[in-house]
Amino acid sequence: MTNPIKDVAGADFILAIGTNTTESHPIIGLQVKKAVRGGSTLVVADPRKTEVAELAHTHLQIKSGSDIALLNGLAGVIISEGLYNKEFVKERTEDFEVFRAAVEKYTPEYVEELTGIPADKLREVARGYAGAENATILYTMGITQHICGTHNVFAVANLAMLCGHIGKPYSGVNPLRGQNNVQGACDMGALPAVLTGYQGVGLDDVRAKFASAWGLESLPAKPGLTVGEMLEGASRGQIKGMYIMGENPVLSDPDAGHVIHALEKLDFLVVQDIFLSETAQLADVVLPAASFAEKDGTFSNTERRVQRVRKAIEPVGEARPDWRIICDVATAMGYPMSYESPAEIMREIASLTPSYAGISYPRLEQGGIQWPCPTADHPGTPVLHVGKFSRGLGKFSPVEYVPPAELPDQQYPLVLSTGRRHFHYHTGTMTMRTGALEVHYGTEYLEINASDAAKMGLAEGDRVRVSSRRGSVELSARITDVVPEGLVFTSFHFPEVAINKLTNPARDGISKIPELKVCAVKVEKTA
Amino acid sequence: MAEVTLTINGRQVTVPQGSTVLEAAKKLDIFIPTLCYDPELTIDGSCRMCVVEIKGARALMISCATAATGGMVVETESPAVVEARKTILELLLANHPMDCLTCARSGDCRLQDYAYRYGVKEGGFKGAVHQYQIEDDNPFIVRDMNKCILCGKCVRACAQIQGKSVVDYSYRGFNTKVAPAMDTTLAGSDCVFCGNCVAVCPVGALQEKGLRAKARTWEVEKVRTTCPYCGTGCNFDLNVKDGKVVGVTSCDGDVNGRALCVKGRFGYGFIHHPDRLKKPLIKKDGRFVEASWEQAINLVAEKLGAIKSGFGPEALAVLSSARCTNEENYLFSKFTRAVLGTNNIDHCARL
Ligand code: SF4
Ligand code: SF4
Ligand code: SF4
Repeated sequence: MTNPIKDVAGADFILAIGTNTTESHPIIGLQVKKAVRGGSTLVVADPRKTEVAELAHTHLQIKSGSDIALLNGLAGVIISEGLYNKEFVKERTEDFEVFRAAVEKYTPEYVEELTGIPADKLREVARGYAGAENATILYTMGITQHICGTHNVFAVANLAMLCGHIGKPYSGVNPLRGQNNVQGACDMGALPAVLTGYQGVGLDDVRAKFASAWGLESLPAKPGLTVGEMLEGASRGQIKGMYIMGENPVLSDPDAGHVIHALEKLDFLVVQDIFLSETAQLADVVLPAASFAEKDGTFSNTERRVQRVRKAIEPVGEARPDWRIICDVATAMGYPMSYESPAEIMREIASLTPSYAGISYPRLEQGGIQWPCPTADHPGTPVLHVGKFSRGLGKFSPVEYVPPAELPDQQYPLVLSTGRRHFHYHTGTMTMRTGALEVHYGTEYLEINASDAAKMGLAEGDRVRVSSRRGSVELSARITDVVPEGLVFTSFHFPEVAINKLTNPARDGISKIPELKVCAVKVEKTA
Repeated sequence: MAEVTLTINGRQVTVPQGSTVLEAAKKLDIFIPTLCYDPELTIDGSCRMCVVEIKGARALMISCATAATGGMVVETESPAVVEARKTILELLLANHPMDCLTCARSGDCRLQDYAYRYGVKEGGFKGAVHQYQIEDDNPFIVRDMNKCILCGKCVRACAQIQGKSVVDYSYRGFNTKVAPAMDTTLAGSDCVFCGNCVAVCPVGALQEKGLRAKARTWEVEKVRTTCPYCGTGCNFDLNVKDGKVVGVTSCDGDVNGRALCVKGRFGYGFIHHPDRLKKPLIKKDGRFVEASWEQAINLVAEKLGAIKSGFGPEALAVLSSARCTNEENYLFSKFTRAVLGTNNIDHCARL
């Protein structure tokens, strides 16, 4: 997020795209509700009539995967009506003319064809966003889980720059992260092309700095593989061994059948987790890890706030904290690694990472710190891009609408979209074992519109089989107007409804995010 | 901003104009008991516990809703004030089940605290008492409306923090009760079980089901930490008894204040679930057998090392975790690059 969570409540205009905020990020949802109670305008773009969409002044019930058309259309109206922030565009951005030319063809009428949003509604929303004193954009996986996910993010940034709604309080471009430490995993360089703080592995001086700190001659320069490429490599036999810590790709990744096949082909798989997850079951060695309650450390939340995790109890059984296990394996492989505590590891991180340089455990006792925090007396940075973008001028990156990779046809006439539920989390390994959440919300169902249900003669609660070209699952139908005609929806939390057997692994060309939000399916009654 | 100076219990204090007497007293660390007041919620002023004596005023004033003015002279524990508070407590206790011996909120209950402070042993006005059924038909929250003192905090928390308005006052007079619409149970309403009402309830009327069945309030140690679920990063206190996590309670989080969602507040049960992995496992002939740490670590080191020397570092790949800490992600990246010798590291951030 460019702006802190608390800023959301102060925005005059909130554009929430592809985020069911009140269910997936309930506490951020509270900020949205607070803003609405205080008189702010809320516009929600989502194919489903979600809880937050019900709260909105305007619900743009767009066709799945048409976000770029919508965003470009908004920009087009704002430019053609002269509503953009001319001073901001002139002083702080570049390539505006290229952008203007690119969005010209996205007239409200053309956008209506692509998104299903009436032209007048589009104009009204564009005027609202441009005219607001402070407008914020919130988005999640609804935006990024498409073959054009990276472009969707560009389109969001373009719109914010066009109106100068960035680099100041109560505004900005705000991705809401789904998992507790996605931000931190990225910050720490758990990515194929960067080390900590997004320092590129391709840069000689970066590699030299890390190599010397780590006591080595050199480090590999060639960017590594993304998760999808690793799995492809495994199924082709090029990747022979994998070490997976705390992830469950068998349930979370698209085309589960393919993932299982790939992992089974490995010569050696080691999985480190707190439960014997679907992925751990395929392993040759399983290492029992400590849960968050059993170790010290830090998480970085979606607003870049680094916060303490504190050990409350001893690890259960013989489980050990992940950091200790990594040290043990490294040492056994001939590279001695030993740390007193996570605090010592953080000192090493700070010494190698400019954006974390001022962060230390003693400081975190006083509360969380939002990076960049370059020095020990720097207060942290709640709002990014004030006065200047990190690259200097903000660059408009024009993007074009492309339809989803797989569209419904005669054989698979419906669109399947997947997402999260309020009472559950990710692949359910934790929330299915709480003694409370799964008791309250214990079975998953397929949301289907009444008119589609009628065509198939479906009644509420009927068992159905949902199939795509890749696989099928069975579950009960819930007939609801939350989904429009032609769209069905379910979550990916429930192992017995392993919906990612169906989803499409077609990936975004840049970020490699799979298109989990759109695939073509058919629904049949089973009994 | 304009400021005013007033005198409380003989001590002077200067506060911004518009502050209440209660806030001014807080600045002096002078304690004034309250039941219906909460700094995050609108002022209700109905419990009257916070009355104080203000020189020149004809009656006692409620400090939570009285603006501090320049030259004001306030007494917070004068005989008249103490008398008034005792009367209020007697009225409340007259209709309160006196079962502190078995109440799980005992030790963390404002009614109990204030009764002790003012030496009120029992209700002075014996009359009819309520006989409500205890509501526990959901896995998260127990509601015992016999213990409700009608402070209205849960009503305001649900509306003003959670934005839901699930509970409100229903019926009138003696029969007034806080309940969901149509007096159904929370399970029958559109309650999302955030428990934010429980976090503000000053007495034992609303309790966390799991926590209160396991530990009395003084038996737990609280450890402040950060939620392991979504990316919002709410803070809360893990409640620990005998080396086990028995519950979660609100603290004053940087991001969330005292608010939490159902996962953060009630989703801790996985920590001690019997399915937790407790020993390293090695697969032999398709079946997992338990192993020692030494065996497991050595096997991992040997196999990864053999692949590295046989096929080169690029034949190895690592998936790190958006669930693990920064320190662990950093170390795993260091391990991948420095020990395995490849940049093949990623995590499931894209999902
Ligand atoms: S648990 Fe949350 S939604 Fe339910 S009544 Fe309490 S505050 Fe309202
Ligand atoms: S249930 Fe608790 S918070 Fe709600 S009115 Fe009664 S005493 Fe107050
Ligand atoms: S309490 Fe709920 S909103 Fe807060 S971090 Fe945890 S899961 Fe997210």
